[in-house]
Order: sequence, then structure tokens, then C-alpha cells
Amino acid sequence: MKQLITFVKKEFWHVLRDKRTLLVLFGMPVIQVLLFGFALSTEVKNTKIGVLDQDKTQNSIELVSKVAANQYFEINKDLKSINEAENAFKGGKIKMILVIPQKFSENLIEGKKAQLQLITDGTDLNMANQIYNFMSNIIMDFYGQQTLQKISGVQPEIRMLYNPQLKGAPNFVPGVMALILLIICVLMTAIAIVREKEMGTMEVLLVSPMKPYIIILAKAIPYFILSMIILISILILSVSVLNLPIKGNVFLLFGVSIIFIITNLLLGIVISIVTESQQTAMLIALVGTMLPTLMLSGFMFPVENMPVPLQIIGNAIPAKWYYEIVKNIMIKGTGLEVIWKHVLVLVGMMMVLFVIAVKKFKIRLE
Amino acid sequence: MFRTLSILIKKEFLQIFRNKSILAIIFVMPVIQLVILPLAANYEIKDIKIAVVDHDKSTESRELIRKITASGYFKIMDYGENYNDAYLEVEKDKIDLILEIPNNFEKDLVRENNEKVLIAINAINGTKAGLSASYLGQILQNYNQQVQLEMNPELESAKKISGLEIIPNFWFNENYNYRLSLVPGILAFLVTLIGGYLTALNIVEEKEIGTIEQINVSPIKKRDFILGKLIPFWILSMVAFTIGLLVTIFVYKIQMQGSFLLLYAFISVYLIAILGMGLLASVYSDTQQQSMFMVFFFMMIFILMSGLFTPTQSMTDWAKYIAYLNPVTYGVDGVRLIMLKDSSFMDLLPHFGFITLLGIVVITWAVLRYQKTS
Repeated sequence: MKQLITFVKKEFWHVLRDKRTLLVLFGMPVIQVLLFGFALSTEVKNTKIGVLDQDKTQNSIELVSKVAANQYFEINKDLKSINEAENAFKGGKIKMILVIPQKFSENLIEGKKAQLQLITDGTDLNMANQIYNFMSNIIMDFYGQQTLQKISGVQPEIRMLYNPQLKGAPNFVPGVMALILLIICVLMTAIAIVREKEMGTMEVLLVSPMKPYIIILAKAIPYFILSMIILISILILSVSVLNLPIKGNVFLLFGVSIIFIITNLLLGIVISIVTESQQTAMLIALVGTMLPTLMLSGFMFPVENMPVPLQIIGNAIPAKWYYEIVKNIMIKGTGLEVIWKHVLVLVGMMMVLFVIAVKKFKIRLE
Repeated sequence: MFRTLSILIKKEFLQIFRNKSILAIIFVMPVIQLVILPLAANYEIKDIKIAVVDHDKSTESRELIRKITASGYFKIMDYGENYNDAYLEVEKDKIDLILEIPNNFEKDLVRENNEKVLIAINAINGTKAGLSASYLGQILQNYNQQVQLEMNPELESAKKISGLEIIPNFWFNENYNYRLSLVPGILAFLVTLIGGYLTALNIVEEKEIGTIEQINVSPIKKRDFILGKLIPFWILSMVAFTIGLLVTIFVYKIQMQGSFLLLYAFISVYLIAILGMGLLASVYSDTQQQSMFMVFFFMMIFILMSGLFTPTQSMTDWAKYIAYLNPVTYGVDGVRLIMLKDSSFMDLLPHFGFITLLGIVVITWAVLRYQKTS
């Protein structure tokens, strides 16, 4: 025990001595949570659009001004012809064009077929879909109010659960939390052992009477403490600055976070044990975790739309489970009764990684 | 001078090719990621899981439910009489949306022509919630029209609006292919990641191992040293880009609309700027760990603020400036514009301008700073 404490102290000094890394370690989560919490939003607003009004009637002009008055759209180009449209798209300046054809109003009043065209930039399909929907709602609304006065019929009363203002933060903060903890923990430990190997100091450790698990433990503990501090700072920020209160049980959140952090530290240790140079370890840790986590954990794209093999890969990513847990505890306020399966999966992953780390490490000793 | 430079470049290449695992990572990892990851990128929102709490159980309420199912967006998972039961299912993520139809729905609709239904949506993901609400709104509007016409067949105004038709037109992507909107962007990001990393780690590795001291005491000029570092990694990154481009064209069948010459010209300049940034990180750090954390820090911001996943124009004003100063914004956009829209050099003038300027600034900065430390 005393051995371990001395060793942990030594490792701690190593970490604390490197001021620049410390700055990045603590600066990164703070800046990123703020940045992503405030800046990112999948909301569509101020979208620049073009209008090609070939009708030029009072009706069409009213429609255009109705569109312009909406916060979603900003009319950027008054187009004269359809040819101009292509150039506007190529410069990437506008995202949609509303085409009102000749005789549109005449046809509409006579009850004939009256067509409006919405041309969107299909190279950004998600955007195209969203703005198409918004625009057609605005148009339908406009004509609905104009022609169907007094008729109301069934009106929806919409209640947005958990996130009434449809902010980005409730979705992004848990995702960023999972991502930051994952990458910081994995990277820190991934380098720790391989660095000693590269420097040759590992040999010294291995011939010392220290047991291998003590070495691993001593390497992991300082990073564990750092990760906890990072976790706490992220939570404080999201509560105080982003106004995202923790609805559920804080202790449960911490408990699960500890499991997640340990899982990641172990993952880093395993990478560290199987690689020979810092560069390889880092590239594996980084290229192998960043994009896959971002894309497969459900934080950017809906998991249910993914092909089954990808869903399976996604299920093997610890961050995916943690992200769901954080969403549940923080935003929804649910407890263990909903997330126990997720927790079990994380615990399972942690144990598997632990066994691999200990086994592989012993082999190297012999 | 060219002799020194070519010897330095040869030396770098020898070192690079000695490390097989790095090579594998440079060439295999991007291909695998490019092949696999875009399959995940499907924002299309369909099969929204819906629970219906129908207190009325009338012909009209069933007709409304039928309309909702017929739209293809919604999948009815639960049909009951208790809102709280449905809410519990939302908590467990089994249900996305609850539609509650009140008692007397049919009666009020016929008598007063006014009735409210409650729609409760899990809105943690704001986009999905917004779209679900908008789909459901369209269905209700349709349903209302139908009811109006049924009740007052003589109502002219209701007929009028039914003549209105909105035709969607997705230019540059008629096949409605989600991958098309993402693969070129991911390609641009992957070369950024690889290029930035390689240079960021390389000089620092020499520092850590101590070989940089030897170079510093040798008569090699700083300029040659920096160029000797940049050129090999630039070549490697271009090769990685080409491999990725082949995957894009042959695996994803995304046709190249613009000119290859323009695309390569663009990527060449872009990569110089990115490698320069890697160099800068390298010059500023003493250990590989430091430089890696630094690069990671920036990459994370770059990717999330590039418009690749979330639209730049909906960011807050100050965040937009970050997006405008982010090279990845230009890289992703530039590759997309050339590949998908056949944009011309003139269309890309702002892109070229920014990355050229950035390249000059970071490389000069790196050279100046490097001299100081030696």
C-alpha cells in the first residue's frame, strides 16, 4: 500500500510538472462545453434564400413578404431567371429558391392546380429537408389563413417534453461530456505506458519488485483524479452557465461517470500495452475513437436509421451507453429503473478491459 | 540548396517507411472510416414511434389515426387510454411522441368545428422534435381540409387551397442520397486530421528523442529543415486524399461534377495550410503528448464548427466568426462545391484566399518561432 502511494505521488508529479498539458486538459473541456453548448444548434434560422417571382401579383408579393418576415428565412436574392439560380447555388450563397410561376395566383383563385416550386441545395440534404418543411408550412399557413377564415378544425397543442425551447444544449452537452471524457481518458493512459517503453524507463520498472497491477494502478490513479475534476467542472458549467440543471440523482450520475472513466482509462492502458510507440498509440486512440464515437453513438445521427452492422459496432462503444445514461439522468431525471441495462453493459465492458489489461501486461513481464 | 533539401526529404521518407504501423494508419484507417462511417449518416426522420391515447374511440378519431399511419412517418407502437402510461414509455425511450385525443373529440368537431389534441414530443433532440411536430401539423391540416369539405361540400375556399401544390426539387442530388452530402465533407476532414497530426507529431518526436539537437548544430538552413518536413507529409497527405477520393467515387458512386485539376489545386493549397498548423503546434510543444492534446483540442473545435454536422448559419454571431476562421469550414465546403456542384475557381475565390493567407501566416510563424527556440 505504501509502495502504491509513493508511486502514485511520483506519477502525479510527472503530470503536474507539465503545465502546458495541464492547461489543455482543463481548458479543453471548459472551452468546448461553452462553445458547443452555446454555439451549436441544428436549428434552422436566418437561412439565405432566393426568390424567383414570375407571377408578380399582389398575392405573390404578399406571399414573399410573409416569407421574408419569418425568422427562419432571409431573402438574399431576387432572381430574374432560373439560370441565375444555378450560379447562386454554386457560390454556396443561398440554400433554397422559391419559384412562383406565371399565373400562379390566377390558377389558385380559379381553383385550378396551382404549383409552387421549392428548389433546395441537395448537397446538404438534412438542411434541405428541414427548410423544405419549414417553408411549406409557412406557405400552407399563409393560404390557410387567407382562404379558410373561421375554419379551425383540429388544432394541435404541442408540448415539447424536457426541452421546451428546442435548444441544442440538452442534446449536445451529454454528447460532448461523453466525447471529452472518452478522449481525454483514453489519450492520457494510452501514452502513459508506451512512453515509458519508448524512453526505456519501463525496463527499470519491470525489474523492480513492484507488482504489475500496482504499476497499472499507479499510472491510472492520477489520471482518474484529473478526470473527476474535469467531470465536475463540466457539470458546474452546464448547470451555471448553460442553465441545464441536473434533474436526476447527482450521486447516481457520479457513480456511473466513475464507471465510464475507469472503462476509458483501461481502454487507454490496453492500447498502450499493445503498441510500441507513442505515435501509434496516439493515432489509434485518436483516429480510432473520435470520429466513430461522434458518428455512431447516436449523438449526431439517429441510431435507428443506421444499418444493423453499424448499430452493432455502435453498441461496442462505451460512450454510446454513457451518453444515453447522461441524457436520462441529467435531462429527463430518470433513475436506475430506466438505465440499469446501460449501467450493466458499461460494467461488463470495464471488466473485460480489465482482464485484457492484466493478462497482456503479465505476458510482457515474462 | 536543393541537394540538402532532397537529402532531407529522402531521410524523412526512409523514416516514415520504416514505421509500418504509422503507414497502415495513414492509408488504411481513412479508407475504413470513409467506407463505414457515412453509412451511419442518415438524418432522415421516419418511423417516429408514437403512442396514441384515444379517449374518444370514435369514427373521427380513428380516421385521424389512420391518416397519421398512412403518412409513412409515424409508427404507432402503443394505443391506450392513459397519458401517464404513455409518458413512462417516453422516459424509457420506447416512444418519441404522444398524441392524446380528448373525450368528445368527434362531437366537438362536428358541433363547434374546433377541437384541440395534445401532442407531447420528446424534445431532447430539438431537430427531430421540430420535424415531428411539423409532419404532424401537415397531416392535421390535411385532415382538417378533408373534414371541412365533408361537412360543407359547397365551401369554395376549401377547394381552392386544395389546388395548391408545392413541388420539392433537390438540385445536385436528385436521387436524394444522404451519403452524397456527407462523404466529400468527411473526406476533407480525414485528410485534415491525418495531415495535421503527422506534422504535429513529427518534429516533436525529434525533440523528444534528441535528434533535433543534431540538426540544429548542423549547417542545415531553417528553411530547408521546415521544407524538408513539410514536403514528405504533403505528398503522403495527397496520396491519402487520392485514395479517399477513389473510395468516394467508386464505393459511394459519387460522380465528380467539377474539374479534378481545380480540386487538386484546392487540396494542395489547403494541405499546405493544415500541415503548417501542425508544424506550429509541433514547434510550441516539448512532448508528443502536449502536441497531440493541442491538435486534438483544435480538431475537435474545427470539426464541430465546420458546418459538416450542424449548419453554420444557425450558430450564434460570435460562433459564426469562429466558423469563418476555421480552415476546416473552407476545406469541407470547397471539396463539396467542386465535387458536387462543379463550382468554378471564381466561386471558390474566398476559399482560396483564406487558405493561402492562413498557410503563409502559420508557416512564417512556425519558422520564426522555431529559430528562437534553437
